[in-house]
Amino acid sequence: MAVKLKDLAQMEDKLVAGHGMCLGCGIPLIFKMILRATEDPIVVANATGCLEVCTTIFPRTAWNCMWVHSAFENAAATAAGVEAMFKALKNKGKIPADKKIKFLAVGGDGGTYDIGIQSLSGAMERGHDIVYVCYDNNVYANTGGQRSSATPLGASATTSPAGSKSPGKVQKKKDLTKILVAHNIPYVAQASPHRWQDLYNKAKKAFEVEGPAFLNVLCLCPTEWKYDESQGIKLAQLAADTCAWPLYEVENGKYKINYKPKEKKPVLEWLKPQGRFRHLFKEENAWMLEAIQKEVDRDWEDLNKLAEISGA
Amino acid sequence: MKKETWKELPTGTVNIHAGNSVSNLTGTWRSGRRPEFIEKNCIQCFFCWLFCPHFAILVKDGKVTGINYDYCTGCGLCAEECPTKEKSIVMVKEEIKLAEGRKK
Repeated sequence: MAVKLKDLAQMEDKLVAGHGMCLGCGIPLIFKMILRATEDPIVVANATGCLEVCTTIFPRTAWNCMWVHSAFENAAATAAGVEAMFKALKNKGKIPADKKIKFLAVGGDGGTYDIGIQSLSGAMERGHDIVYVCYDNNVYANTGGQRSSATPLGASATTSPAGSKSPGKVQKKKDLTKILVAHNIPYVAQASPHRWQDLYNKAKKAFEVEGPAFLNVLCLCPTEWKYDESQGIKLAQLAADTCAWPLYEVENGKYKINYKPKEKKPVLEWLKPQGRFRHLFKEENAWMLEAIQKEVDRDWEDLNKLAEISGA
Repeated sequence: MKKETWKELPTGTVNIHAGNSVSNLTGTWRSGRRPEFIEKNCIQCFFCWLFCPHFAILVKDGKVTGINYDYCTGCGLCAEECPTKEKSIVMVKEEIKLAEGRKK
């Protein structure tokens, strides 16, 4: 059944106003949807990152649900531990057997792609019934914009700055979603905040599925991407239209593409509004643009093939 | 906000007041423009509510009724994403009041 925004708007907020995130930040848009996707009580384990720092400035907290702070590297381990304790208490009869609690681990791309991948991989392999959400804004935005392994090819970050000798980051972005698919977990998906229904459905599926689930969500970051903050949602749309951030899900190893643009736009359109790619439009960096387009085309083709094999 | 002493605070940096950040008025650092709600154009699509990062859209009895300027930071996402032909939310300039002794 299709869900209506009107009904969602009247649900209780689990993340409330008064957090200190930047204007135009994409993180609250994501968690507004995800936290509404389940009606059961929820325990959140939050890795260090923008979300954690901005929502819990002592003595205040913007969380209206149970929330645990974790270090950068162990959000998944924390959530897994809480889930294991919940199961043990159930077995001992200290918690009623029909009690349902959802466990959510949250991390940014730094806390997931780089520092937290070890504990994430462990928790996924052990098969804990948790949902891990990575809000991927492509950079360590919280500490001043250092490059992470999620920073795309050609982007300028403070530790991969563009200049006369450098065209920005020269390495390709790590494909974490596919790494998680390789864990053979029941549900992996990639989403974006501009398609809210898609994001909501994916979060719902992730919560309902028995066993671990992983969501990788593109997160808008006006501060580090350097664009006009009011254009954020249009930019997310462009990321999907240019196939730079394809929206797909993998259910029990079967790929399904959720959004195929009618006309695949050139990747230029996604890069142009963002200040972090400004240097690519200089003459000497034209080769980089070609390289980026080539990579995006190849990835999109691969994804289509995978979906074809899966019979979707 | 009343400051708690060590006698009242629970052990181990636990915050037992869920959602008490509402006392932090993010509207005080608004960007110099603010959205204005025009009710007669509104079709109640809730896109402004959906795309507001600071939970500043007022919803009452299933209807969008206005904007909470205590939290609105003036990013302009709501006005940009408003789908009506004649916009139901427009951004207007606003004078920034600087704290005493602060220069621009």
